[in-house]
Amino acid sequence: MSTTDQVAEAPALGWGERLRKFGLMLVSPRGAVYLLLIVLLILITVLNPRFAEPDQLMRFIQRVAPIAIVAIGQYFVIVAGEFDLSMGSLVTAQVIIAGNLVGQDDSRSIPVLLLMIGFGLLVGLANGLLTTMLKVPSFIVTLGMMLALLGGVLFWTGGAATGNPADGFRQIGRGGIRDLPLIDFLPWAVVVLVVLLALAIWFSKRPFGRTFIAVGDNVAAAHYSGIRVWWTKTAAFMISSTSATIAGVLLVGYAGVHPSVGRGYEFIAITAVVLGGVVLGGGRGSVVAAVAGAFALESLFTLLNFAGVPSTSRDAIQGVIIIAAVAYAAATFGRRRRRPARPTSPAGEEQAPSPVPAVPAPTPATGDTPQQGGL
Amino acid sequence: MTAVAQAPARRRRRRLDTTAVVYIALAVVVVIGAILVAAFADRNFFSPGNIRDILTGMSVLGLVAIGQTLVILNGSLDLSVPYVVSLSSLLAAETMAGNPANIPAGIAVAIAVAAVIGLGNGLIVTGLKVNGFIATLGVGLIVKGYLDTNYQGSAGSVPPAFQWIGATGIGPVPVSTVIMLALALAVALFLRFSRTGNHMFAVGGDAGVARLSGVRTQPPVIVAHIICSIFAALAGLLLASRLGVGNPTVGTAGGYDLLSIAAVVLGGTLLMGGRGSVWGTIGGVAIFAVIDNVMSVLQVNPFLKDVVRGIVIVAAVAVYTGRTVHDRRARFARKEADR
Repeated sequence: MSTTDQVAEAPALGWGERLRKFGLMLVSPRGAVYLLLIVLLILITVLNPRFAEPDQLMRFIQRVAPIAIVAIGQYFVIVAGEFDLSMGSLVTAQVIIAGNLVGQDDSRSIPVLLLMIGFGLLVGLANGLLTTMLKVPSFIVTLGMMLALLGGVLFWTGGAATGNPADGFRQIGRGGIRDLPLIDFLPWAVVVLVVLLALAIWFSKRPFGRTFIAVGDNVAAAHYSGIRVWWTKTAAFMISSTSATIAGVLLVGYAGVHPSVGRGYEFIAITAVVLGGVVLGGGRGSVVAAVAGAFALESLFTLLNFAGVPSTSRDAIQGVIIIAAVAYAAATFGRRRRRPARPTSPAGEEQAPSPVPAVPAPTPATGDTPQQGGL
Repeated sequence: MTAVAQAPARRRRRRLDTTAVVYIALAVVVVIGAILVAAFADRNFFSPGNIRDILTGMSVLGLVAIGQTLVILNGSLDLSVPYVVSLSSLLAAETMAGNPANIPAGIAVAIAVAAVIGLGNGLIVTGLKVNGFIATLGVGLIVKGYLDTNYQGSAGSVPPAFQWIGATGIGPVPVSTVIMLALALAVALFLRFSRTGNHMFAVGGDAGVARLSGVRTQPPVIVAHIICSIFAALAGLLLASRLGVGNPTVGTAGGYDLLSIAAVVLGGTLLMGGRGSVWGTIGGVAIFAVIDNVMSVLQVNPFLKDVVRGIVIVAAVAVYTGRTVHDRRARFARKEADR
């Protein structure tokens, strides 16, 4: 994904050049999130040296896992050019379903787990079909789903969540492999995250995975290259609702059953994905960067915590950082845009950047008028 | 030349069409609601008291949604409105401090601060090229941080003279609704007759084409964001007048960010910008208010209300927005509509 100017300036691959290229990658919008993450992690370690110890690091990853998993799901939806605002509600719904249906009976864990995954897939299918078939903007579809899901689950439980599920079920979120060398404790949440991330990377390199970016970049071009746009978008929603389900399963163990678990996750996930350099509107970004965005966001919270910043001003700092990160990416992309080649779209379809000075002005206008009359 | 001359007339009729559909939907909702209320609660839906309730329910969301219409028309979004609503209610109540002489100052402070926030939103969206969703989410978080740091609960107090605005009415019509409708008319005229208003449609429809046609694309977006924040401040003033105090959570409790966007889209405005009308938005807000009122009269479980709201939003938008999207796409890229 190196840009044209880098290639032009670095023809030889000496160590110095490689280092320089790596540095350029880090300052580019694509790499900025990794740079941000590294800086944040170093700052945390300076403030609290204990943080760098393997077991603390594992605990940290365990805490980030649900957010990172939700970000993976949101990534696929955003890169395909849509939004999923229902993720937070779905996490809450799944947490409450687990709390109510598993109860103290360990033997129900597996059936309920299957039921939850089925329910998640159904929600994603509904989101996807409403968006693609009825052509309702996904912002509205998932907003409606968000209200309906949360309201429905709270109506079902009468507004109060009852009890925690059996310990066996909660082990997924809070347990792990103990007595390991070096890291001592490997939480299941970390294993789940690593497996899902590997799956997501593998999936986005598959032909079908690549169609997500193609659809998000240019629907018409994707349609003409034989992509079933409705199925790609629906699949994106099903992936995101499945990831919300998995995050819900982890959170049951980690945070317990409460109607406020998962609240605001949709915005956290979107923020994480956007921090990772994924462009709202679709067509550009990578899963790894989205996950790095989730880690950067959580590191930021941890850093503010260690630095003794009052919790009330954390939101303000988060707001400034989000805007700054996206503005940085936008400014750099804006400069890159003027170069002839657009190496960022692996599917190879072309999309004209919106303001192209070279295009003769009257073309869109005249193309518009006769069709107006025809309508 | 004839084609060019015909085009605006056609476009105008088409836009009215969408708004008409919104009001037909509103009429359907009113009829169904009246039947349900008469059948299950044995009450008269059209009693002056009930109409006053519905209109009162419309005014705050209506104010926020009018501003949101302008922003969405420009192809942006404003997620910072709930925090601006809370902030302005607090600023107004604190400046007034129970003294009627301070009413103008309180209103001025609230509006001025909101205008600055709106200007910030607009400059971040246009100058820094940050997507409106992220820009206003970030600005909203900044304002939230300020609110959380400086206020623990309700603060300030509003003099009775100002509370009068939220409390009285002309017959069954509350003063607040009259103000809201008058401002809606003002914004509708602004969109229809002012140059900036016209440019908003152009920029929202296609910023690239607008630029190539000689429209400066940044001012309309900035103006829309400023107006949107000012309307959020007016909603905050109205809430302060009703509550008698300023409150740091009134905005978020009302969910005005997502509900106003839903009302705007329900009113037939395209989420991607370029098409829409203030009257459609008012219709959308009215649909919400009627449904809420019917559910309250029928004493529907509050959680079930959210389920109904969610389903209505999607269903209503599915009925007519799909059609509008189709129309617009066909103008610019016929191929995409064939999909």
